[in-house]
Order: sequence, then C-alpha cells, then structure tokens
Amino acid sequence: MNYFPDEVIEHIFEYVGSHRDRNALSLVCRSWYRIERCTREKVFIGNCYSITPERLIQRFPSLKSLTLKGKPHFADFSLVPHGWGGFVYPWIEALAKGKVALEELRLKRMVVSDESLELLSRAFPNFKSLVLVSCEEFTTDGLAAIAANCKWLRELDLQENEVDDHKGQWLSCFPDSCTSLVSLNFACLKGEINTGVLERLVARSPNLKSLRLNRSVPLDALQRILARAPQLVDLGVGSLVHDPAMETFAKLMTTMNKCKSITSLSGFLEVTPRCLTAMYPILPKLTSLNLSYAAGIPGSDLIKLIRHCKKLQRLWIMDSIGDKGLGVVANTCKELQELRVFPSDNIGQHAAVTEKGLVAISMGCPKLHSLLYFCHQMTNAALITVAKNCPNFIRFRLAILDATKPDPDTNQPLDEGFGAIVQSCRRLRRLSLSGQLTDKVFLYIGMYAEQLEMLSIAFAGESDKGMLYVLNGCKKLRKLEIRDCPFGNTALLTDVGKYETMRSLWMSSCEVTVGACKVLAMKMPRLNVEIFNENEPADCEPDDVQKVEKMYLYRTLAGKRKDAPEYVWTL
Amino acid sequence: MAREGLGLEITELRLGLPGEPKSLVSINKNEKKRMFSEIDGNGDNEKKSNTGGNLKTTESKAQVVGWPPVCSYRKKNSMNETTKMYVKVSMDGAPFLRKIDLGMHKGYSELALALEKLFGCYGMGEALKDPENCEHVPIYEDKEGDWMLVGDVPWEMFMESCKRLRIMKRSDAWQIEKTYIEIDEIKEKNV
Repeated sequence: MNYFPDEVIEHIFEYVGSHRDRNALSLVCRSWYRIERCTREKVFIGNCYSITPERLIQRFPSLKSLTLKGKPHFADFSLVPHGWGGFVYPWIEALAKGKVALEELRLKRMVVSDESLELLSRAFPNFKSLVLVSCEEFTTDGLAAIAANCKWLRELDLQENEVDDHKGQWLSCFPDSCTSLVSLNFACLKGEINTGVLERLVARSPNLKSLRLNRSVPLDALQRILARAPQLVDLGVGSLVHDPAMETFAKLMTTMNKCKSITSLSGFLEVTPRCLTAMYPILPKLTSLNLSYAAGIPGSDLIKLIRHCKKLQRLWIMDSIGDKGLGVVANTCKELQELRVFPSDNIGQHAAVTEKGLVAISMGCPKLHSLLYFCHQMTNAALITVAKNCPNFIRFRLAILDATKPDPDTNQPLDEGFGAIVQSCRRLRRLSLSGQLTDKVFLYIGMYAEQLEMLSIAFAGESDKGMLYVLNGCKKLRKLEIRDCPFGNTALLTDVGKYETMRSLWMSSCEVTVGACKVLAMKMPRLNVEIFNENEPADCEPDDVQKVEKMYLYRTLAGKRKDAPEYVWTL
Repeated sequence: MAREGLGLEITELRLGLPGEPKSLVSINKNEKKRMFSEIDGNGDNEKKSNTGGNLKTTESKAQVVGWPPVCSYRKKNSMNETTKMYVKVSMDGAPFLRKIDLGMHKGYSELALALEKLFGCYGMGEALKDPENCEHVPIYEDKEGDWMLVGDVPWEMFMESCKRLRIMKRSDAWQIEKTYIEIDEIKEKNV
C-alpha cells in the first residue's frame, strides 16, 4: 500500500464507512492517519465531554456530519438532576467559527436551546439534516428558525424530546421554495399545527419518504396528506379517532390502498380501535411497527392487527398484548429481529406479560437478535430455553417490574438463566439485568460475555467480587452503569486503568466513598470523576468516609469541564 | 434523607426498595441507611399490621426512583388519553372543587402557578419552598390513602402517586397533625 499515491488510498477509504473501521485505519501508520483524517466526513462522539470541539475540528477539516451524545443513560430514568450539562451551544458556536461545512447534526440527551438552533440555521448554508433524540430546552421558536433558514433541509427528525410548544406557526416558516424534505417527524410536539400548511408542505415535497405526525392532526387531514404523498415509506399516525362523517373514513381506506410503499408504521397517540381497519391494506407489507405509544388500543385489537403483519422485522408494543398475544406474534412474524415490550398503566385490566410470552417468541422467531422486555416475572428455565432457541442475541435487556424478584417457580435467583444467555449468545453486545441476582451471575458474565460492550445493573450482587468479575472479564466493556448494588471501594479501585478503556462508568446508591473517588481521580488524570451532591450545601466539603450517592466518571482529553452546575464536584 | 437507623418512614423518598430491610450482604451493620431490602415474597398485596414493633411495611408498589426503567418522556406520553391525569382540587372555604390536569405541567412551580390561578390564592409557589410560613399549604392524597405535603418527591413520582389535591389553611394543618398524633398515641397505648 505504501507505493500507492495518496489519491488511490483516498479512493479506497471512501468505501470504508463505519466509524470503527475508520478508527482502525487511522491507527495503521502516520500517512494513513493523515489521509483518513482529511477525508473523514462523519464523526461520532459518544460523550460530548470527552473532547473539545476545537480539537475535533482541527483533526477533521472535511467534517460534514456530527453525532453527539450528552447526558448519561440513567438520566432517562430521572437519576441525573436538572442542569447537569450536555449543552450543544458551545459545539455549534465552535463549528461556526471553524467554518465547518456542516450538513448533518444528530444529538442525543443534550440540552438544545433555541439560541443554538437559530445559530445552527444561519451558520451552515449547506445544512441538510437535524436529528434530535431525547433532548430538551428548545421550543417551536427554534424549529421555526430551522424551517425558515435551512434552504436545503432534507431531514427534521424529533424523537421523544421535551419541547415547549409556543403554538407559533413554525410549520409556516418553511418557505414555498423549500421542496427538498425527505423526512419530517414532529410526533413529540404537543401543540396544534395548521393542517393546511402541512398539506401544502407535503404537496411540494416530492421526495418525502418519512412523515410522523403529532396528535393534533385529525383523520380527515391525515387522509388529505396521504393522498398527496403516496410515495411514503414511513408513516407516523398522530391521531386516528372516529370521525362522524363516514365518507372520510371510506376515503382514508381508499387512500391507504394507494400507499403501496409504506413499510414502517408508528404513532396512534390517540385512537379509536375500530378505525384501525383503515390500516389493514398496508399491514402485510410492514417491516417495522411501533405501537408502544398507542395506549388506546386494547390487547384484543393488537392481536387482530398483528395477524396481518407477516413480514415484520421490528415490533415495539405495549404489554397489553399479553402472553397470548406474544404467542400470536410468534406464529405470525417469522422474520422478527427486534422486539420491545413496554409496560402499560393498565395493571390488572389485562393479562400480564411473563416468561411464557418470551419463550413463545423464542420458539417462533429464530432471527430475533434484539430484545427489550418488561415483564411481571421471569424464570431460569425460561431464560435457558430462550438462550437455546435464540443464540444470536446482540442486545438482551430484561426489566422485571419487581426489580429483585426471584424465579417464582423455584424461589432461586436468576443467575443460571442469565448465565445461559451469556454462554449461548457469543455475540452479545448489550445486556441489562433484573430480578434477584447474586455475585454468580457476574462470574458468568465475566467468563462468557466476551463481546459485551454495555452492561446495566440494578439491585443485584452481594459483594465487590461481582463488579470485579465484570471488570476483569469483559475486555470489550465500554459502558457500565450500576445502581443500588453493594459494590464498594475495592471493586472501584482494583483496576483503575480499566476505565481508560471504557467510555464511562455510572454508580449510584452503591458502597463507594468520597475518599475512594478522590484516590481514583488522583491516579487517573485523564478521567473526569464527577460526584453529585444534591443534599449538602454547595460549599460543604464532604467527609472522605461518606458514601457517594451518585458518581459518573468518563475518560476525557478535554480536562475538567467548566459548565458543571454547583452540585457536581469534579474531583 | 433521614440518616437515622431503621426508623425510616414509608413516605420518605428512597432510592432503594421498600419492605422490611434485610441485609443480604455483609456490610457494616452500623450503616443502616444503606440496606438492600427484599420485598417479601408473600402477602405483597396485604397491608401488614403494626404489631410486634415492626416497621409499618408497605404493600406492593415500590416507590423507587427510576424503576421500572422507562424513560420519562415515555412515562408521560404512554397514558391512555381517556385516563388523563385530572385530579380533584379542593380548597378550604371554596364552595366547589376544581379539576386540574397534572400531565399539563412540567414541575412544581408550574403547578403552583396553576393552583394560584384556579383559586386566586397567591403565595402557592412560596408555600412549596417554605411550608412553615405560608397561609395556604398544598397537600395531596397518594395511592395509599395518606395525605402528604406537596413538594417532597420528584415531580414524576408525584404525578404517578397523586390522587387528589387539597389546599389547606395553615391553621387547619395544625389541627389535623394534632389528630394524627393523638391517633398514634392511642395505638401505642393499645400495643
């Protein structure tokens, strides 16, 4: 390869897309490092505090697409207090100053102000794609700026964000000249939108492939919009509520029949179950179905729907479907690869989801590789069966509603069950545990889970040995998050070098003390060790022997961050 | 969070699980504030009586922050729209009750504003920060039937457990507290 001119190597590198492969290329030799960095267009940063934006821009002058993640995962479950950090503004400011030709920005768990959206919309003339997942602080005013100023906007995808709806006319801010939209998702917005404006926007967007509406779009408007976009591939229905005018419903059915390309369906934030028959024409072609927000669909109707979805590869659903419904899924969806079953509020009003549903799925869906399963109970026998039937799991996340519940048949911990999973699924990359668990499960994980990258533990284990098995055994571990486990200072400090091979470690309500965290911080200058101190006054130095309520540490080249709130102490 | 030993109140916010604390591990027995409790396998749905000097153990539902691990956006938005979070609000002295949708508010300060607007009782925001000194005190009835002071637990947890609200006059609060103290004294005598 040394005898090839740079242009040839550059050309070859064009075919290398994945971040990991690109990272590997850059480590081969100096000239490959140079060529790679000059040609890299897409960069993924899993922790926005691991590096400064300036350093990023310096290394990758051709940067076009940036993905940033902010808060730790457990922030999703209200474990990270407000104001922790993850502000995107400094990044956008630096990118603007550095004259980066930014085209795409994807953010997860970050704080996005209207100001940053406005700057984003003005500073990058070629900007095409904005994806915000689980972000907060922006309002529809910020969206209006994006709509108004991004002339070539292709994608505006808002997933599960907390958005303040100022009930302005942000949709109207898309100029008549904007005809480039490919993807528009505003399902998470709470406010009303002008359906006339939306219809006209859809009408002038011939490339629109993905459209996800919020609950304010009624049935008649949905029909008119779909009539203008028969080329849609991905549809999110906001509201499908009975319209007293029967012709509207009949019109909708006719329109659905013309939408021959829809393979992905979601939404139904408000729904009258009998209106679901309008969807039947598109069900046989669906590969992805997300009904996890459709609280208005009872289990019996879910089952009726599923019977038509023989091509499903991805299914997100609520546990109102019950074990019986999962049996129907198992018999119908032979191509299923990813399943997520979420808990609903209707406790006692429907059949629960238990280990039986999961076993049925494992028997009927051999291609299953990704699972998130909330259930009332789980048994070792079931997990062992599942492990045998589905050796291809990449992601296996089990959340028993009663976090420390043992196997109800044997009253034993679930060590053997999870042990079978890690032993059988050699490609497992992500694992979340629950139920009663001793140190033994961690022994199994350390022994067998060679590809494990992310592990989530709650209310489990008996001693420091548990955590040590994992830290010693899982060579590819990147993210470890632990809450309410009896792991303490010995576990934390035995192998401090390990944390530089990982992105981050979260420990809350464990047995770790302030003193141990200080020792760790001292030994490892390239880690930020943050302690959250919500109860004591800000200037009160905690005792070394005091237990740490919440600790978050991560490797970084950026040093101690300057935007931490008062309650965060970086040691 | 109370730092004394096993005198933990049910209503106290804990990051661990409720139920009789049994230590599973050989942690320093003096560190009672950090017990990893098991929920008793049986009788989950029965209230245990107060005999035998036991702690009042709670029934069933664990009030644990962040478990089950459903992200807060999903929690707020997966509720059946026919069961919105409307709760009754009564104010002492007002001739009729009102209803308020908890789901419409992002936090306690917004709730305080909404209550002030509904009843014209100003100072609700201050009452949440400093209940000792305000004329009106907001309290709520939780899923277990207990009357609690608004503002102690995280907002999401409050939304889930609040069944109804009441704006009490400070003077009345003392009366009720006195009554509870009397009830406790009677119970103690009978044990």
